[in-house]
Amino acid sequence: MTMVGQEDYQPDSFEFAPATMEMAQSEIAKYPDVRKASAVMPLLDLAQRQNDGWLPRAAMDYVARLLEMPPIKVYEVATFYTMYNLKPVGRHHVQVCTNLPCWLRGSDHIVNACKKKLGIGFGETTTNGDFTLTEVECLGACVNAPMFQINDDYYEDLDATSAISILTQLELGETPKPGSQIDRKSCEPIGGLTALFENNVKKTNA
Amino acid sequence: MPTLTIDGEEIEVEAGLTVLQACELAGKEIPRFCYHERLSVAGNCRMCLVEMERAPKPIASCAMPVGEGMVIKTDSELVKRAREGVMEFLLINHPLDCPICDQGGECDLQDQAMGYGMDKSRFVENKRAVKDKYLGPLVSTIMTRCIHCTRCIRFAQEVAGVPELGATGRGEHMEVGTYVEKALSSEMSGNIVDLCPVGALTSKPYAFTARSWELKKTESIDVLDAVGCNIRIDTRGSEVMRILPRNNDDVNEEWISDKTRHACDGLKRQRLDQPYLRKNGKLVAADWPEVLTAVAGRMNAADGKIGAIAGDLADCEAMTAMMDLMAATGSSNIDCRQDGGAFGDTRASYIFNSTIAGIEDADAVLLIGTNPRWEAPVLNARIRKRYLRGGVAAGLIGPELDLTYDLAHLGDGPSALDDLLASKGDFANVLKQASKPMIIIGSGALARDDGAGLLAKARQLAEKIGAVSDDWNGFNVLQRAASRVGGLDLGFVPKNKSSLDTAGIIAAAGRGKLDVVYLLGADEIDTRAMGDAFVIYQGHHGDVGAHRADAILPGAAYTEKNATYVNTEGRVQRAALAAFPVGEAREDWAIIRALSDTMGKKLPYDSLLDVRRRMADINPLFASPDETSIAPWGNVGDAGTTNDTAFEYPIHNFYMTDVISRASEIMAECTAVALGDNYSATGTNG
Ligand code: SF4
Ligand code: FES
Ligand code: FES
Repeated sequence: MTMVGQEDYQPDSFEFAPATMEMAQSEIAKYPDVRKASAVMPLLDLAQRQNDGWLPRAAMDYVARLLEMPPIKVYEVATFYTMYNLKPVGRHHVQVCTNLPCWLRGSDHIVNACKKKLGIGFGETTTNGDFTLTEVECLGACVNAPMFQINDDYYEDLDATSAISILTQLELGETPKPGSQIDRKSCEPIGGLTALFENNVKKTNA
Repeated sequence: MPTLTIDGEEIEVEAGLTVLQACELAGKEIPRFCYHERLSVAGNCRMCLVEMERAPKPIASCAMPVGEGMVIKTDSELVKRAREGVMEFLLINHPLDCPICDQGGECDLQDQAMGYGMDKSRFVENKRAVKDKYLGPLVSTIMTRCIHCTRCIRFAQEVAGVPELGATGRGEHMEVGTYVEKALSSEMSGNIVDLCPVGALTSKPYAFTARSWELKKTESIDVLDAVGCNIRIDTRGSEVMRILPRNNDDVNEEWISDKTRHACDGLKRQRLDQPYLRKNGKLVAADWPEVLTAVAGRMNAADGKIGAIAGDLADCEAMTAMMDLMAATGSSNIDCRQDGGAFGDTRASYIFNSTIAGIEDADAVLLIGTNPRWEAPVLNARIRKRYLRGGVAAGLIGPELDLTYDLAHLGDGPSALDDLLASKGDFANVLKQASKPMIIIGSGALARDDGAGLLAKARQLAEKIGAVSDDWNGFNVLQRAASRVGGLDLGFVPKNKSSLDTAGIIAAAGRGKLDVVYLLGADEIDTRAMGDAFVIYQGHHGDVGAHRADAILPGAAYTEKNATYVNTEGRVQRAALAAFPVGEAREDWAIIRALSDTMGKKLPYDSLLDVRRRMADINPLFASPDETSIAPWGNVGDAGTTNDTAFEYPIHNFYMTDVISRASEIMAECTAVALGDNYSATGTNG
């Protein structure tokens, strides 16, 4: 019996590559030895990155051994946070936010565009293994809603066209511009500042 | 000491208590699910809400420490409404399947829903459903009923020391389980069934066999190890349906081992329910007069060439009668030590002097040739409890073990003891510096050929490190036979130099020097080595002893008699009759009393009370049950030599150690699971 969300296929073993190990050690070094369990989250993240974006059980067990934790404590962390993927994902993991602010700003259109463009639904991966589509809760970029996250980058102020264009660029191996997809700097108001001009002047001058 | 006002009444309580505990002291009942006095505080169920003056909202009383001047209300309208709200949320996802739930009738949720539940549900959506988990052969799960109190998780991690349970997933998707399917690797896993406040974890062997209100509840004592756990035996008619722990802070707190709890199906199998006599090489059923006459004839004819061995489950009443009967036949070949374990001249040489609760005061623990996790799981949990508090060092002499706490491994054999005596090594220092050091020597070590020497060296070490003083005696023998301390207290041992002990009796019988051997429930001996001697087996199970016997006198199991046992601490405790002996079987002392009559050597007691009076005559300790007394220190073991063979732990399979657990199918299943390392359940996979 497996838990909901667990992958059936599980590799037998997992080990950090030397470069990952180095990063892991520097994470572990941040905490006193008796508290090294505190490094569990960054280590799981490293493991996930090394393992093409998902965490097999062997990796969780490996992290547990490394941090001298009971394995169940690592499973608890890994299953609690949705950012840890317990199933394989495509090379580009498209996570579309459908929470209230994004929804009010048209996330339904983004979802439909993605589904149509990729030919898959939520929780599915394209047959070539390029894309996985996931529905996620608020990613904290509501100010530029609607948005999605692909791997480590946020793409904001989307509409169906820009969403499809981003996916197409990825398909072609290009690197789309992250952040706002309209004429907006960071999360400033659309069309430029409407207040606090002086501060802005100072900043740009500096 | 802070003073609080609880429901208008002032009460002064110890600092460091929680508001919930203070309310209890004030006599207010606070409903709770997650809080448990022997586990850490989780504060997640919110059922214990109370109103605190100047707090903007109700507080979880189990997680709030008391403070000076707090004004608490436990019976206000706000409190009631708050708890009703919590209850409504709990019931949103809890199935209303009480009619088919084994917890029904003894369910905290059911009970508290009577006080705080609504008569109908406002929740019209679908309830969530959770897959059931496999936790081994003893615990059955219906996880949809789980209310996420995490008591089971905390028990496994804190008390049992096997952090294998956890809560995976989040929010509505949270599930309690092991994530990777496996049986819990604890000898105490059954306790999570008692802890679970709802019917998510229930007893697998007991499943759907009885309702709690149909059961007769008898308070008694466990005999499957020498801890003497306090238990409650639940019976329906003559059948023992289940065994539960009873609280006794001095002995088992409120835990019992899985063997204590679940070996009881062995009481229904392989039972000797009528007398048998061997005729033409075959055991045939006989009636009492016939078998008593035959046995009496043999015993009288033996003319003192008799030996008697009491087994590990023998009760003190039976041993008293046996002893008196043997004396009447002129034989002093009696022994209550199947394994021949060494003991010294004083009581302090064979009991757990510090007492079990005393473990909590120790600051260094040395284990010699013992695996307490298997020989006395509940006692081991005490050591772990002490360990969790910190400031204690534990060391082990014997093959390496996982005892659920950190252990310094000092060596496999007695030479490690010599090293400590010679103050060699770090641990010698630890012991020396400890203010309340404790030595625990196992029954397996004392049963070795050099047992007496080991006992002596352990005594020397105890004296050397200051383990024995006026107010502390840290010299402890961990017995594992329920009959042992009682037998030694009664003097059920060879009386003088020429009397035979267990090994002597068997050997003499083998050589034809003894005509009759009387086995009082003795099965853990070499029953094939007794030659042509006439063997009488008095006991309750058809195990190896009965197979060798020429006459079988069916006795009562521990659940079927009012009997006295003395635990490893020397605590005299009384087991109580919960069901009558099966078939023709009788209480053991009464059988011996009847036999004495047939032999024409009638013993001078006609009632249980008389026997107990006789016991108190032999040893006044028997007059004060449920107490421990300080045993005077003395010659606890003469100097002797030891050889350096590595210690071997006496128990090879925790689940099967005696006639009852060997007859138990549940224990057989546990054995299979424990042996199969890569065990994975069939049928529920995927
Ligand atoms: S299974 Fe029972 S004890 Fe464990 S968390 Fe759920 S309700 Fe609590
Ligand atoms: S709601 Fe979409 S990012 Fe917050
Ligand atoms: S008992 Fe206090 S929160 Fe559960």
